[in-house]
Amino acid sequence: MAEAYLRLSALAHLGLEARAVADPGEAGVVLSERPGRGQIDLRGEAEDAGFLGAVEQAIGLALPLEAGTTASGGAATALWLGPNEWLVVTPPDGQGAAAEALRAALKDLWAAVTDVSDSRAVIGLSGRHARDVLMKGCSLDLHPRVFGPGRSAQSAVARALVLLHQTDEAPSYDLYVHRSFAEYLWLWLEDAAAEYGLAVVSGG
Amino acid sequence: MLLIPCPWCGPRDETEFSCGGEGHIPRPADPAALTDPEWADYLFMRKNPKGVHTERWVHSQGCRRWFNVARHTVSHEILAVYKMGEPPPETGADSKQNRT
Amino acid sequence: MSPQRHRLAAGGRIDRSRPLNFTFNGRRFEGYAGDTLASALIANGVTPVARSFKYHRPRGIVGAGAEEPNAIVQLETGARTQPNQRATRVELYDGLTAASVNCWPSVNFDLGAVNNLLKRLLPAGFYYKTFMWPPGFWMRYEYFIRRAAGLGKAPAAPDPDRYDKMHCHADVLVVGGGPSGLAAALAAGRTGARVILADGQNEFGGALLDGGAEIDGGPALDWVAAAVAELEAMAEVRLLPRATVAGYYDHNYLTIVERVTDHLGAAAPANLPRQRLWKVRAGQVVLATGSVERPLVFADNDRPGIMLASAAATYVNRYAAKPGSRAVVFTNNDSAYRVALDLAEAGIEVAAVVDPRPEPEGPLPARTRARGIEVLGGQAVVAAHGGGRVAAVEVMGLDQAGGGVIGESRRVRCDLVCVSGGWNPTVHLFSQSGGRLRYDDALAGFVPDRSAQAERSVGAAAGTFALADCLARGFEAGLEAAAEAGFRRKGRSRRAPKAPAQEEAPLRPFWVVPSTVARGRGTKHFIDLQNDVTVADVALAVREGYRSAEHLKRYTTMGMGTDQGKIGNVTGLAVLSELVDADIPSVGTTTFRPPYTPVGFGLLAGREVGALADPVRKTAIHRWHEDRGAAFEDVGQWKRPWYFPRAGESMHDAVNRECLAVRNSVGVMDASTLGKIDIQGPDALRLLNWVYTNAWDNLKIGRCRYGLMLGEDGMVMDDGVTTRLAEHHYLMTTTTGGAAGVLAWLEMWLQTEWLDLKVHLTSVTEHWATVAVAGPRARELLSALTSDIDLSAKAFPFMSMRAGTVAGVPARVFRISFTGELSFEINVPASYGMAVWNAVMMAGEKYGVTPFGTEAMHILRAEKGYIIVGDETDGTTTPGDVGMDWIVSKKKPDFIGKRSLSRPDTAREGRKQLVGLLTQDPKEVLPEGGQIVAEPEKKPPMKMIGHVTSSYWSASLGRSIALALVYGGHKRHGETVHVPLIGKTVSAVVSEPRFYDPEGVRLRG
Ligand SMILES: [Zn+2]
Repeated sequence: MAEAYLRLSALAHLGLEARAVADPGEAGVVLSERPGRGQIDLRGEAEDAGFLGAVEQAIGLALPLEAGTTASGGAATALWLGPNEWLVVTPPDGQGAAAEALRAALKDLWAAVTDVSDSRAVIGLSGRHARDVLMKGCSLDLHPRVFGPGRSAQSAVARALVLLHQTDEAPSYDLYVHRSFAEYLWLWLEDAAAEYGLAVVSGG
Repeated sequence: MLLIPCPWCGPRDETEFSCGGEGHIPRPADPAALTDPEWADYLFMRKNPKGVHTERWVHSQGCRRWFNVARHTVSHEILAVYKMGEPPPETGADSKQNRT
Repeated sequence: MSPQRHRLAAGGRIDRSRPLNFTFNGRRFEGYAGDTLASALIANGVTPVARSFKYHRPRGIVGAGAEEPNAIVQLETGARTQPNQRATRVELYDGLTAASVNCWPSVNFDLGAVNNLLKRLLPAGFYYKTFMWPPGFWMRYEYFIRRAAGLGKAPAAPDPDRYDKMHCHADVLVVGGGPSGLAAALAAGRTGARVILADGQNEFGGALLDGGAEIDGGPALDWVAAAVAELEAMAEVRLLPRATVAGYYDHNYLTIVERVTDHLGAAAPANLPRQRLWKVRAGQVVLATGSVERPLVFADNDRPGIMLASAAATYVNRYAAKPGSRAVVFTNNDSAYRVALDLAEAGIEVAAVVDPRPEPEGPLPARTRARGIEVLGGQAVVAAHGGGRVAAVEVMGLDQAGGGVIGESRRVRCDLVCVSGGWNPTVHLFSQSGGRLRYDDALAGFVPDRSAQAERSVGAAAGTFALADCLARGFEAGLEAAAEAGFRRKGRSRRAPKAPAQEEAPLRPFWVVPSTVARGRGTKHFIDLQNDVTVADVALAVREGYRSAEHLKRYTTMGMGTDQGKIGNVTGLAVLSELVDADIPSVGTTTFRPPYTPVGFGLLAGREVGALADPVRKTAIHRWHEDRGAAFEDVGQWKRPWYFPRAGESMHDAVNRECLAVRNSVGVMDASTLGKIDIQGPDALRLLNWVYTNAWDNLKIGRCRYGLMLGEDGMVMDDGVTTRLAEHHYLMTTTTGGAAGVLAWLEMWLQTEWLDLKVHLTSVTEHWATVAVAGPRARELLSALTSDIDLSAKAFPFMSMRAGTVAGVPARVFRISFTGELSFEINVPASYGMAVWNAVMMAGEKYGVTPFGTEAMHILRAEKGYIIVGDETDGTTTPGDVGMDWIVSKKKPDFIGKRSLSRPDTAREGRKQLVGLLTQDPKEVLPEGGQIVAEPEKKPPMKMIGHVTSSYWSASLGRSIALALVYGGHKRHGETVHVPLIGKTVSAVVSEPRFYDPEGVRLRG
């Protein structure tokens, strides 16, 4: 593995760590960059019990089969991307081992394991007005009756495609966005959050 | 702004989709065997009904899956969505019928 | 400052303890919190308030709501100015500044009024007939017409305000917060459904805000307050006051314009948007949009002081403002009798109620008579007198049929005429939703008939006017809508609110008062006040053959003002039907289109302005380019370095330097934006054979191959290099612009046609940063950064790939070339992109490594004759046209686009073909897009035989080069052609489209 200090997160140049506060106080919206996560694009046949079993064997995770759901197991979380596609998210630098385990387990099946860890930046959005900020740019129904913790969806936020993952009741969201769009989305979120008061926190 | 029910993701705004035009036009198995007019017919000629139209859509900003839609071209009512490879379901209205 | 001379001492919903200053047409006035600009102007006795659009006649306030046609103002000045604001919907705030539109130079002295004297010259269709001829002259007239016509002014400076948008989902959206809408919202809200209640006014209550009514045995406004309080307490109910539903689109999608801080002026909090656009997807919609009163048309019915009866009542009751001191009420129905009584109650003398119905009977006429007000049954106001303001009206008897006047005329002195010709249900949104209208004879108006979407209309919008019925039907509709959205009434059932029954006599349909003189002679009968359309204009249009409602509208401009004819449209149809001798339903109604009231562009733009107008995509190395002062080029949404100027360098200097560095030493380019698609699966090879023109069967692992992709029509679509990474694993690259499209294209075929192919595609464009090192010293440079890749020509030949470590980072290195030089493209995970770029720059220092941008790249590849898809191809270009038949497999039985290559038109001789052009003067650089001719004529037209697709100064060759598509070009090598430009014609010799190292020795080196 290459030296970690050589790496730059997608939003490193915005100096977010320097702006980060320990306590967001009264801010209605809290933003952070959450860099470094391992991300693997996993393809395989959801109808094939052999595939599902092999994945579970390899990384300790039962893949979510229902659209818009997620599942966690082992050290990883899988987000549903399509009927035969998942994003497997690992802790920082966990993608290598996970990908290797998956490739080994799936080598005789029609499946694909692709390391896409640097494809998407992750922006953390929380605070009591987090949902309002998303509603400004996202046409999904995010009402708690419809979209709660553990739900995920691919949609657009403003003019960027985003993989949205609600992580708790607060609500808190992780926004996975393609790296080249990350700065645009961050600036958009800052602008949309201005109405409610914004704090930046460390997301490392 | 249509509300299109993706067979996987559920109802989403039209802006998340791309329309691929008329459905159920298989690519000829042996294009070389076709006359020029036959090939042109496959390539260029499409129906433009006032009524129910079966067409292909892809959830391009979501799950990236293609599927078929039976849509009324006047009312924009979506009578059915169904997966690729499936035949068009009975929609209770053929394309000749004018349901304005 | 003048006192509020026309303000009542008591009553109304204004706050007399909060006076507000404002300026209108340069004069300062005072109003109160709770006023609109219109009510404040009335309280100050300001009249006229505007000049009309075409004739520049003085005009006064006519309505009290969204329907206002006359009191159109330019609000504020400078960057915040907004044209076309209705004074009746502008809430007063301290410091407000407004001016009339359509007044030049002033509202009281108006040069344009000369149009009124020249009115014989300005009939219907005047603009069509006069200014559309001679062709092309419209542009010259337009400036003067717009100047004279007013229409307000757009701001000249950027809008300093913030505008917001919000997506929202509701089980039930209730439009309109009057009695019907409030009842519907209560009923739906109590089920637990998600309810939005939107109303255009600053407070809920609708017509109830005028006071007087009773609900549940108490004052109606107490019920309104209780209802709003109950709704506010419901967690799933969202109340949106100051929110006009502007559009009703497919699948129950509606837009709402919320004026968040418009009413606060300078006091608006900085963090709040000025306006918010709600985009609502509603399960069910309840339209409780009310109704708009319509006028009766008589001679000179546009004089200031003539207003809708309901508006007069609103000014008196809600705003405690007196629109006049001596009134005549002219009505064909009972509702305006209530207005007469309200006016009398407020101390305004009511000279008479004039009613075309022969014997007005019933409780309201009786109460009016009992109050001592004269009721003139079977009569009509035939004309108004007065200049700047109405001073008297002429009243005459009507014959039995209502088609003629009889008896002596009587002149009644007054300064206020309250007219009511009945009520038009506000069906705009219903009509936008696709619903079908029905003409109701009893109402003499259009009402909703058949819904097209999950919608129900209630209350006055549905032709239900009695308060008791509105409440009952509204409540019921709220329950129904919630139930259909899946929410049933919970627990004990609560009854609908109740109101006492009212008895009203039917109206007498009546539109235009017959006149003693021919219409259009000396006097005018106005139908559309905003666009100055008269009864005579409609008659002229009919005489000239415009007999359908839609034609009439366009020919006369009736209903085409910013008010969209909310007051006059039905009257216009009635006049048309009379003239063509058909009933009103058969002449039809015009289509209502969004928005219901004008929407500012700032709101539609939202926050998609300035830096957020569109995403700016940046590579992982972008910051370096910025720091180095690169000039950027937009490629789709990407920013790519165009060139890297040094101090004092022109673009030309910089690009020449960059080109020579690559040719003579080494250059480095950020190629991260190229599309990259990971292809895995046992059928990956079959997919490649399908979508590329060439054969892929013998490509070995670790080797790269160039491919050309066609559309099924045989035209070049994209190109790129694909590398075999493993047995069933390939990496495809695409053009920067084609990245998303190619992936979508492949997925489309896999998912819709070749469902049996076992292939998975994953976009990895964003995962990799690509650093291209090009030039004769590229190998030397790279050798300093890697120890585990043998870079020798033998071990690492052209068109192959090696995985290893570069600058300590795991990398894939591709030996491919777009410049014609020895070249390595280093791919590393994007987060390492900057580190590897920096390492390359450091290692290259001793070779003078030169960062180069897209311009140098374009020149270097043009010197080699490499095409750029989109430059040398344009969607009508085949592989043969660009001289690439060599890459089209003759052996493969089929691939996408193959069959089309043998269509007669694609196979024919003489198509536009790619050639090189060498200008006779080597210093002359042709303009791209230049048109090529064989024989230059003195002046156009000349027969065009092609066009220049790429053209550059080649520093390597010391001369200009160009690529061009020329008819039959492959057979024209050696011919001289010409490019006529302004002031000169450039001659050039057709050549092979390869100018530099045609054998490709250098890139294989
Ligand atoms: Zn989907």
